[in-house]
Amino acid sequence: MVDPREGDPEITAELVADHGLSEDEYEQIKRIMGRTPTFTELGVFSAMWSEHCGYKNSRPLLSLLPTQAPWVIQGPGENAGVIDVGEGYALAFKIESHNHPSAVEPYQGAATGVGGILRDIFTMGARPVAILDSLRFGDLDTGRVKYLFSGVVSGVGDYGNCMGVPNIGGEVVFDRGYEGNPIVNAMCLGLMKHEDLITASASGDGNPLMAVGARTGRDGIHGATFASEELSEDSDESSRPRVQVGDPFTEKLLLEASLALIASGAISGIQDMGAAGITSSASEMAGRGGSGVEIDMALVPVREPNMTPYEILLSESQERMLVVAEKGKESEVVRILEKWELEAKVIGRVTSDGRFRVLEGGRTVADIPALPLTEECPTYEREGVEGEDIIALREMDLSEHLIPRGDLTKSFLMLLGSPNVASKQWVYHQYDTTVRTSTVVRPGAASGVIRIRGTNRAVAATTDCNGRFVYLEPRTGALGAMAEAARNLVCVGATPTAITNNLNFGNPLKPHIYYQFREAVGGMSDACEMFETPVTGGNVSFYNETDGAAIYPTPVIGMVGVIEDVSKITAQAFQNEGDDIVLLGANTAEMGGSEYLYVTADLVAGAPPAVDLLGERALQHCVLALIHDRLLSSAHDCSEGGLACAIAESALGNGEAPFGADVTIKDDLAPVAALFAESQGRVVISCDPSRTGEVLRIAERHDVPALKIGNVGPQGGAFRITLHEGSVECGVDEAASVYFGAIPAIMNGPTASET
Amino acid sequence: MRVAVITFPGSNCDYDLYKAAQQVEASPEFIWHRERGLDGYDAVLLPGGFSYGDYLRAGAIARMSPIMEDVVAFAERGGPVLGICNGFQILCEAGLLPGALMRNNVLKFASKDVFLGVERTDTPFTTAYAKDQVLRIPIAHGEGNYEADRETLERIEGQGQVVFRYVTSEGARTDIANPNGSWHDIAGLTNSAGNVLGMMPHPERAMEELLGSTDGTGVFTSLVASLSAAVS
Repeated sequence: MVDPREGDPEITAELVADHGLSEDEYEQIKRIMGRTPTFTELGVFSAMWSEHCGYKNSRPLLSLLPTQAPWVIQGPGENAGVIDVGEGYALAFKIESHNHPSAVEPYQGAATGVGGILRDIFTMGARPVAILDSLRFGDLDTGRVKYLFSGVVSGVGDYGNCMGVPNIGGEVVFDRGYEGNPIVNAMCLGLMKHEDLITASASGDGNPLMAVGARTGRDGIHGATFASEELSEDSDESSRPRVQVGDPFTEKLLLEASLALIASGAISGIQDMGAAGITSSASEMAGRGGSGVEIDMALVPVREPNMTPYEILLSESQERMLVVAEKGKESEVVRILEKWELEAKVIGRVTSDGRFRVLEGGRTVADIPALPLTEECPTYEREGVEGEDIIALREMDLSEHLIPRGDLTKSFLMLLGSPNVASKQWVYHQYDTTVRTSTVVRPGAASGVIRIRGTNRAVAATTDCNGRFVYLEPRTGALGAMAEAARNLVCVGATPTAITNNLNFGNPLKPHIYYQFREAVGGMSDACEMFETPVTGGNVSFYNETDGAAIYPTPVIGMVGVIEDVSKITAQAFQNEGDDIVLLGANTAEMGGSEYLYVTADLVAGAPPAVDLLGERALQHCVLALIHDRLLSSAHDCSEGGLACAIAESALGNGEAPFGADVTIKDDLAPVAALFAESQGRVVISCDPSRTGEVLRIAERHDVPALKIGNVGPQGGAFRITLHEGSVECGVDEAASVYFGAIPAIMNGPTASET
Repeated sequence: MRVAVITFPGSNCDYDLYKAAQQVEASPEFIWHRERGLDGYDAVLLPGGFSYGDYLRAGAIARMSPIMEDVVAFAERGGPVLGICNGFQILCEAGLLPGALMRNNVLKFASKDVFLGVERTDTPFTTAYAKDQVLRIPIAHGEGNYEADRETLERIEGQGQVVFRYVTSEGARTDIANPNGSWHDIAGLTNSAGNVLGMMPHPERAMEELLGSTDGTGVFTSLVASLSAAVS
């Protein structure tokens, strides 16, 4: 029996509702507890059973995803997934979102998003070696969007740079579909030897629990609950206290200390304190270990006076870890932390009674059965019904848009200069991309690549999703995200191996949103099976809506691949004047959801380009075979902006010495479609003319359509694409100016010079 | 030979610098900022990063670490000292180099490859280069804008203390080649005695073809050659 704490509010129906719990959920809590919960206990349940922590509306569908393969060392359920990458090395990786905080406070929201995912990686025993960021905003033509964009990029950059972890890739998308709800997903990769892996379970009756790192304050209380709600006009100022504040310097110290702790053998478990702080870390550790925990709030180091148990338990103050020390090794833990000028304090112990018990000095203020708290969070399978308006949008006749609007060259340059297509150098020149001297392929390419020191191997990673495609047809869009990610990996020479995913959606209680979620997960699942890329973990972010309008359903795929020979890593950009340009895959007239349609007609409509999973797999194997035989100078997949932009990007490279190009597209397609349709299953490669025959033969063997379409021109030369009717023609330097100048011109204004 | 790589809380390029020294067989060792004594070391290297989170000013707190007293003494005895990025900032804060590193004029963190023109080939860190050689080296900094008052700048130029300047790939000096607004395009300079070098770009990140450039290797091979010559 636990008496209510003096000064705590009374438990009323309204209080329960304010905590984001439904009446049914509250009844279940009472059943589990055998009585009315105390205020502190209510806070604990509200955090653990929030959408963010409890995955209430997603778990049933997520359980259908393929998660197993011989190379998976750790699947979903831990802080990060882990796969074997060869020669005794393991890769820990995961993607997570920080959408709601970034809408309110972009700099700190993004920074702490990076901080959180870094901790998820090093809490597994892996040293973080790379970051990728997938960002989405409204159209880049308002002060507000520029503010969000600028703030988020600064936040991601400052945190990662200070931590000394290179950013190796990501994406930035601008579309009015993300107007009120920016999407900020951060992915992290970490490397370790197999034997360094440590899990986050609390075991060993009597082992001390220690709070390590920063002190606990009042920031971010109910951050998990905040992430589980829609935004509204009121969300701005009043939500600010719920945004966590980050300190990357402390986290850097914490990283070094944690890795040292794990190597020391003085601890048996470690978990970062992320969403719902001490509550989630302690209860999850107890749940996994099958034991219990007892924590005394009076022992937790705090940085503000008079904090109540409720506040301490739910605080999301950053840069803290919860450690299970081996009995008797507490002083060893303290010594290690002290070298790094951090605190370590015993705050409780592991028990064997299966309870999550919280004390305040001598008094018990919360006493909850641990397993039900984590395992009996209710899950829901909702009704899913496609929205009528989407069906109409998808079936819209797009033929009038196939008629060119004047000059094809003008359309091409307009597309090249649209923020979605244009160079993102403005972003990644703010990110340290070379620290740790292991970045073989930097941002601006198909995938980022990190070499594994001491071996001939490397790991590659990419984040991809076309939200418009998913919006227009969720299953196809999700298949497309997977296909694009896999193409991006094979283009650098990496074999797609596993995925993490960040599922960003609106309110799942709405049937048309749940439909999107269900169909997207289904598509993703099928592609995972076909590509043999199991899911090792990820994040679900629901309630990305403002005033009832949801974002496009956006399942971001974070795919990783292994490269067995670093010498075969292939560039995205053309390398030699005179090389042959070959198109692998087939052009179609599928204009649905294209950037061309958005930029010229302000339209997101039509059916998204179809995905042929078998064809995609054949294409992947073909590209890998070509790279294996060292036949290619470059490889780049087709996505936003279609074939014309893919060829342009290959020609432009990083802008230092763009190549011209002379291409002819012979397909009997409307020119606009041939140039700008975003059909799936295509890769543009370049090779020495003496190897083209071999390239075509290998493609044929894989049943992949292949056709030489042109040649790489001289540096600074003409960029020309000739169709059966009309052509695109400009100097490549003009194209470069448009492509590299677009975003700086918007962000820096007319007075600033471009960097 | 033994080379000390000083590590402060928040240094994050220490590992890269250690690996660089190892690559040229300079036998590096990590020295934690709270240790004392540099006897037996032949060179001191200060790595990049965000020592103390760049609180107050970049390098301002690190320069007060216990080990810095020994670094200053080592420098005053004429020992070779190299400070890269945050290391450069610490050397300026400690008074071992003139001037200061201010916020980039573009007001943003700048991370990309730049080209450096080599102006001095007689320092312990640049004997392997040729005068006017152009090097391709990555930068990654938010406060790399080198500034000094006019009198100091005149003295620096007059005494030929500038070792590296930002240039184009052809070796020309233009505004576009300067990534952070540094006065006189100064990317790296020595003290008047010529034994202490501070530079903002990261030569330790340009030592492998695989990673994009090997132009930074000369900084470390020069050091090994200089130390070997000193002994013989």
